[in-house]
Amino acid sequence: MSSILTVALVLTLLSVTLFIVAASLSALLGRHDRASLAVGTAGSVLGCGVGLAGSVMALLDGGTETVASAWRLPIGAIQVGIDPLSAFFLLCIFLVCGLGALFGAGYMRGWLGRRRLAPALAFFNVLAASMVAVVLARDGVLFLLAWEAMSLSSFFLVTFEGDRPDTRRAGIVYLIASHAGLVPLILLFVLLGGPSGSFAFDGILAAGAPAAVLATTCFLLALAGFGLKAGFWPLHAWLPEAHPAAPSHVSAVMSGVMIKMGIYGLLRTLTFLGDPPEWWGFVFIVVGVVSGVGGILHAIAQTDLKRLLAYSSVENVGIVSLGLGLGLIGRANGNATMAFLGFGGALLHVLNHGVMKGLLFQAAGSVLHATGTRDLDSLGGLLRRMPFTGAAFLTGSVAISGLPPLGGFVGELLIYVGAFTGAVELPSSSALWPLVVVPALALIGGLASACFVKAFGVGFLGSPRTPAAASAHEASPTMRVAMVLGIVLCLAVGVVPAVALRLVEAPAQFLSGAATLPAIVPAILSAAMRAALALMATVGILAVVRWALLRRREVRQAATWGCGYEAPTARMQYTAASFADPVLEPSESIFVQRIVHDGLEGPFPRSAHHERRMGDVVADRVIGPAIRGMVASFKWLDVLQQGGVPRYLVWVLLTVVVLLVWQLGAF
Amino acid sequence: MVDGLVHVALLILMPLPMLGLINRVKSIAAGRKGPPILQPVYDVVKLLQKGAVYSRTTTWLFVAGPIVALASSLLAALIVPLASTTSPFGFPADVFVFAYLLGVGRFFTMTAALDTGSAFEGMGASREAAYAALAEPALFLALMIVCIPAHSASFSDAFASIPAAGGLLRHPGLLLATLSLGVVLLAEASRIPVDDPNTHLELTMIHEVMVLDHGGPDFAFIQIGYALKFFVLGAVLVHLVLPIPASGWMAPVLFVAGQAGVAITVGIIESFMARLRLTRVPQFLIGACVVAAVGVLVLFTGGRP
Repeated sequence: MSSILTVALVLTLLSVTLFIVAASLSALLGRHDRASLAVGTAGSVLGCGVGLAGSVMALLDGGTETVASAWRLPIGAIQVGIDPLSAFFLLCIFLVCGLGALFGAGYMRGWLGRRRLAPALAFFNVLAASMVAVVLARDGVLFLLAWEAMSLSSFFLVTFEGDRPDTRRAGIVYLIASHAGLVPLILLFVLLGGPSGSFAFDGILAAGAPAAVLATTCFLLALAGFGLKAGFWPLHAWLPEAHPAAPSHVSAVMSGVMIKMGIYGLLRTLTFLGDPPEWWGFVFIVVGVVSGVGGILHAIAQTDLKRLLAYSSVENVGIVSLGLGLGLIGRANGNATMAFLGFGGALLHVLNHGVMKGLLFQAAGSVLHATGTRDLDSLGGLLRRMPFTGAAFLTGSVAISGLPPLGGFVGELLIYVGAFTGAVELPSSSALWPLVVVPALALIGGLASACFVKAFGVGFLGSPRTPAAASAHEASPTMRVAMVLGIVLCLAVGVVPAVALRLVEAPAQFLSGAATLPAIVPAILSAAMRAALALMATVGILAVVRWALLRRREVRQAATWGCGYEAPTARMQYTAASFADPVLEPSESIFVQRIVHDGLEGPFPRSAHHERRMGDVVADRVIGPAIRGMVASFKWLDVLQQGGVPRYLVWVLLTVVVLLVWQLGAF
Repeated sequence: MVDGLVHVALLILMPLPMLGLINRVKSIAAGRKGPPILQPVYDVVKLLQKGAVYSRTTTWLFVAGPIVALASSLLAALIVPLASTTSPFGFPADVFVFAYLLGVGRFFTMTAALDTGSAFEGMGASREAAYAALAEPALFLALMIVCIPAHSASFSDAFASIPAAGGLLRHPGLLLATLSLGVVLLAEASRIPVDDPNTHLELTMIHEVMVLDHGGPDFAFIQIGYALKFFVLGAVLVHLVLPIPASGWMAPVLFVAGQAGVAITVGIIESFMARLRLTRVPQFLIGACVVAAVGVLVLFTGGRP
């Protein structure tokens, strides 16, 4: 038991305490919005700072420590602990929540006087505390309690604007989905705890790996329950409803880290299940390909900026899943290098996605704040009026498309190399599976570029399409600070990947069972660093060359070339939907399209109207019909419940009579 | 050292004249005399001497587009070995970095196009985005066919292993990889049948329309970057088809001959083929992906090399 770990654990517990104190205080200050905002934000930022120090210490130490409390719950002692896996996810939580809280301090000001802020601040702190508790928990009961606290607090954040019908609907969808996901998790822990008779993780581990059938059942339950939280396709349908409805800094936290709690849960469960059979890895690869391609195609189809970002989260957990699949296949085949690259790439992508999705949601929030709309086709030309926000969205876009020199590229590179290692080193019978990852990731990357060129290009470039976009203002200083920090982090992971490696090294070794760092990893990362630096240096040199060439020449301004047309308007610009069309055309059949078209009939048509909506294939074809079927099949219960008091009295009377007869019969 | 100098000399001397060679082939096929082979060089020199006109709608991204596009093509061209099997900037796993560098250039070219607010440029960018996304799996699969037998995801090792393996004839997967890469080259470099560099109607353009508003040195950067991209994709093809030795005088000769062959082939295709209807292009590219996937399967049947 090292003293560094003890300090780290104390620091993280201190951060939980700070979150809870801040939550209580900001709730108590309910009527004083400004004070509540100040206290709530200070608590979050301070807690995240303290926790960040603790999690980095634990990560660098790389050890494991568990503490049991003297205080007992009815089903056992409360146990918390820290190990490399927990420490890594803690790092992600503190980083994204800290930046989110900082951004929120400026963002929430927009509601001052219009809405009570206290609930949002209190629940934000509760959400942060519960996520930390999920990761620290070392027994099933505490884990599930924290899990539930996480779902509920985020539900209250999603319904912050609960007086809007669409937000209420999103909240209900989210609540139902989280609780549907809880069922397999309760079953999972009951099954896991069964053999040892204890829900404590130590006990589960001590009981040894479960038998193959039980392990498979547990794996599938975990995949369903945690996969739903992570937003794996086809369990994602709630995600694009719930995430955009929340205030933007909360969307950032939900998409950035909360869905990763699903990934954490999966990884934690895998540690209980002994050596994974190879096909679990295949399952992850299939899930990854489907989530990645399905998620990004639906993202491209969106014109609502925040919905687009939410679908892109589905794509990114798909990429994480590809990495996990490679890691599991590597482990099953005893290939430590491949396992390390797979798990390491997946974890690095978890961190990267937290940072860049946080940045993108914050930029989207700042757009919403400035223009009052999330509809891409009502925006345009924002880069001129909002240079900071524009730069933040651009950085996030390049990073999330996995392009050098930013962070997203490094994680994907590790996954590529892991897949290649598998294709070369595994026995021929399994080698095609990792090879599938390569073209899949390439396609996902290409589509992600298309998606984010569209989002950035239509939203921030060109000329404003509406007066609201034309009069947009830049975000407030606190919001800008949060975004600048996000930009720096995106750049740092890309340019100094060695530091990022240091962060994923311990957890990736923990998961892959690699005794040492595979030699290929530092070589690849230093190559990535050289490529990133060379790219930036070349861009710099060419910029100087261009400047020198144009220095003494005539540089004029004119209108954009419109084939000689002299009166262009902003409405003639390419729209988000038209940009997406050629990308979606080959895959159109997977979308549920609703096309409304009227007008343009007869020799003298009046006004025409054309509308096309791209629905979600899972929500519209599977979940919708399933729920309608369920409602229809429970229709006969209407006989019982019709809202009339006399009839209820009849039911009560009948029940009493039946009970009496039954009791009489017993005698 | 000498190899490095040859590499840089080829990079400076060859890309633009290759475009001139394509045009010369096309003019001969059409029975015209045609412009000199060095015409693209004269054009770029002229552009570099000009001033610039910017649209009032544009921002700094419009200026950044050509710079990033050229920088990324330049780095990509330093990664791929030319007249040798080593390159000045090769490293482990450089095939993935290579493909992503081309992706960075494309990303910024597309954003620069959208920066003008012109519907034509938006149209070009959206087509480019769609076709590039579909070409990407074909490119990666083809590169995997080349890299897996070498057990290394680096161009140097992969190219070094091809002559030893007996070139194209030794494993038929390589033939399919070549075919697929050929399609990727036509798509990435915006040639017929995917795009027509000589079209005069904005509505039908892809690459040309994206750079419609660029002029002067910016446009020169775009032209050089475009030529480099064509050149470097051609170089990969040449290495697949011809056994370029690791060093010696034969290497540059074979390489230059091979690249001339690529240019002439593209010229012949452009002379005798019409471009595809835009809705057909995705099928063409998906076809290339399928060909490459079959190549991978061929590679794995009968034991992986």
